[in-house]
Amino acid sequence: MTQTETSSAYGALASPEAITAGLGEVGYISTPDISMAVYLAQNLRKPILIEGPAGVGKTDLARSLAEWLDVPLDRLQCYEGLDESKALYEWKYGKQLLYTQILKDRLNEVLGEGDLSALTGKLGDFEDLFFSEQFLEPRPLLRAMQQTKGSVLLIDEVDKADEAFEAFLLEVLSDYQVTVPELGTIFAQVPPIVVLTSNAVRELGDALKRRCLHLHIGFPDAARERAIVGARVPGIEASLLKQLVAFVQALREEDLRKQPSIAETVDWARALTLLHVEALGEETVRQTLNVLLKYESDIAALENKVGSLARAAASAP
Amino acid sequence: MSATRTLTDFIRALRSAEVQVSPAEAIDAAGAMRLVGYADRTALKSALRPALAKSEAEAEAFDRLFDLYFARQASAPRPQNSDADRDQTAPPQDMLELAQSGDEAAIQAAMERAGQASGVQDIRFSTQTAYFAQKMLKQLGVEQMEAKLLEALQARTPEGEAEAGEMIAARRDMLMRARAYAEAQFDVFGQGATEAFREDVLTSKPISALDLADLKRMRALVEKVAKRLAVKHSRRRRNRSTGQLDVRATLRANAGLGGVPFRLHWKQKKRDKAKIVVICDVSSSVARYVRFLLLLLHSLGDVIPELRAFAFSSRLGEVTDELDSDQFEGVMERILRQHGMGSTDYGQALWDLKTSYPDIIDRRTSVIILGDGRSNYGDPRMDLFKEICARAKRVIWLSPEPESMWGTGDSVLPRYRTHAHAMGRISTLTDLERTLDRVLALYD
Repeated sequence: MTQTETSSAYGALASPEAITAGLGEVGYISTPDISMAVYLAQNLRKPILIEGPAGVGKTDLARSLAEWLDVPLDRLQCYEGLDESKALYEWKYGKQLLYTQILKDRLNEVLGEGDLSALTGKLGDFEDLFFSEQFLEPRPLLRAMQQTKGSVLLIDEVDKADEAFEAFLLEVLSDYQVTVPELGTIFAQVPPIVVLTSNAVRELGDALKRRCLHLHIGFPDAARERAIVGARVPGIEASLLKQLVAFVQALREEDLRKQPSIAETVDWARALTLLHVEALGEETVRQTLNVLLKYESDIAALENKVGSLARAAASAP
Repeated sequence: MSATRTLTDFIRALRSAEVQVSPAEAIDAAGAMRLVGYADRTALKSALRPALAKSEAEAEAFDRLFDLYFARQASAPRPQNSDADRDQTAPPQDMLELAQSGDEAAIQAAMERAGQASGVQDIRFSTQTAYFAQKMLKQLGVEQMEAKLLEALQARTPEGEAEAGEMIAARRDMLMRARAYAEAQFDVFGQGATEAFREDVLTSKPISALDLADLKRMRALVEKVAKRLAVKHSRRRRNRSTGQLDVRATLRANAGLGGVPFRLHWKQKKRDKAKIVVICDVSSSVARYVRFLLLLLHSLGDVIPELRAFAFSSRLGEVTDELDSDQFEGVMERILRQHGMGSTDYGQALWDLKTSYPDIIDRRTSVIILGDGRSNYGDPRMDLFKEICARAKRVIWLSPEPESMWGTGDSVLPRYRTHAHAMGRISTLTDLERTLDRVLALYD
């Protein structure tokens, strides 16, 4: 594979600034750190491992990248018990079976008469036919390797998969190739941009971490959060936007079981615009707090503070 | 200093702060550095971070060291500076001249050179700054100056006196600078190592010998231990198959394929969820150990799905809810106030457990008892203890006393020992970690 091929597919990733601007076009508000990681991933040919709390836009980064670059997004959702046949490839058993049935009826016709060894030889030819690409069902990893114009491969929540699967990923991630025993090794035509995400359910193995660039996305600061909500909820009033972001930012300072993340802020902003709220008031906040906080105990803990928090947010500069 | 040298030194500083950097990652970092260049510090920082720091803790150490290290770099004269060029080729100039020149850049450059030559990057402890400062002064030519100083003093003339005074001032000035430089180097290269050393000492220090200052640090340490245990035991392992075909599952999975068993399913072994009951003697002799055990269990909350904690001196009471609160501050004091009064009575405590919580121990339960087994000559209720041991998955008795003390005076430990699955002494945090590690391993 040549350098020109790759650069044509990902040519837009010319500099961190270009990445920030490009992601902005598709509604993803990036930071210098995020853009730099993407830039390095492309130029050093390394996967990015993104860690951070749920709902801060880890998965969205991959989706936005694919949308902006106009390449397919191959997504592999990890879970306990995920194995090669779900991640890499599977033989189309049903189809194979169907063909066998057809073959069975016409076995005599096809094979004809002859001694046993000649017949076995003929049968052997059919076997190769059964284990060819025609009967191969590509799963996300294999599909990403087969894309001819590049792709974004998203391996989501890799911490949920077993350790054995993690080890299996190493071949894909370091050499951009997969091995199908019956067919041989398949190399990526254009190496995909690989994004792995993790919610830190368990610590990932060192081998995997060392092969990736590490990016931590935390909760955004007020300015970035305003930009994100503004991009996601187009019709929102500027004053309300400012107030609700100030409120959420203050909320994250509180001692909560689950802090509200950007996804919740966006949901809340949507809810407030739907209710035609113009300015944040204590009553409105109280009624819609369940959009932001997902635990009853958190809502109860804030019972007495909602008023002062809302007032502080409403008078935020 | 070349860019590569800068980077390798920086990586060395990172390693000393417990950021594991492999050669492959160093190569990545060099690649990243080549891509973004050296001029823009912010860009360089965000380019090196993903290549070198692979966890949040590492990223924190990275940020701290990057600022320290490259702030120093920025203040050092750049090679393109003509002054610096001259300095690099010139032999070490006269120290007095240097000190009096007032040329900050030249002095800084000389310090850098002297620091390099005296290996100040090997600094590990803050107490070494004086040593390295002396070494640097030697590199700067302090010996020649001292010889001259002696001459000037021996001349016993007013000019000699004045000259000597100047030299003494210059020497003091340079020593201060060298110390400051060595301290800055310690911040970059040594602090992480010192911290690690301190923690090492603390984890193996007997809990009874900890003083108040240590206790604060211990808190952070216990949390570290808890995290380590949590990581180890929350790793889900694929259930081992027992090698028996699960016929029903296999048929169901292959129903769509005409019942031809393409995909086989094996019977899986079920794993027990960890269920731990801790019973703590909170009389004054043991209270200190209880604090650490409870703190550790408190921090381990996420790994142990079912944890019940009890405290007793004479009567036994449940303290699970206390442990569940988000703040550990004050919990121990509350427990002591509620359960710490009265003389220790193990028999009564066992009886209370049986009557108030009859169903608490089943075959999935591991019981950890922390106490010295000194029951004030009361009935140890061996029958009740035997019953617990027969019913539980495992009963582990931890005693703060050394084995030679077991059975002396009113201690009935040897009698309990015949029934418990294991009995051991805890004296350090490491002991606690090891014990819990073993218990949790039962449920992996």
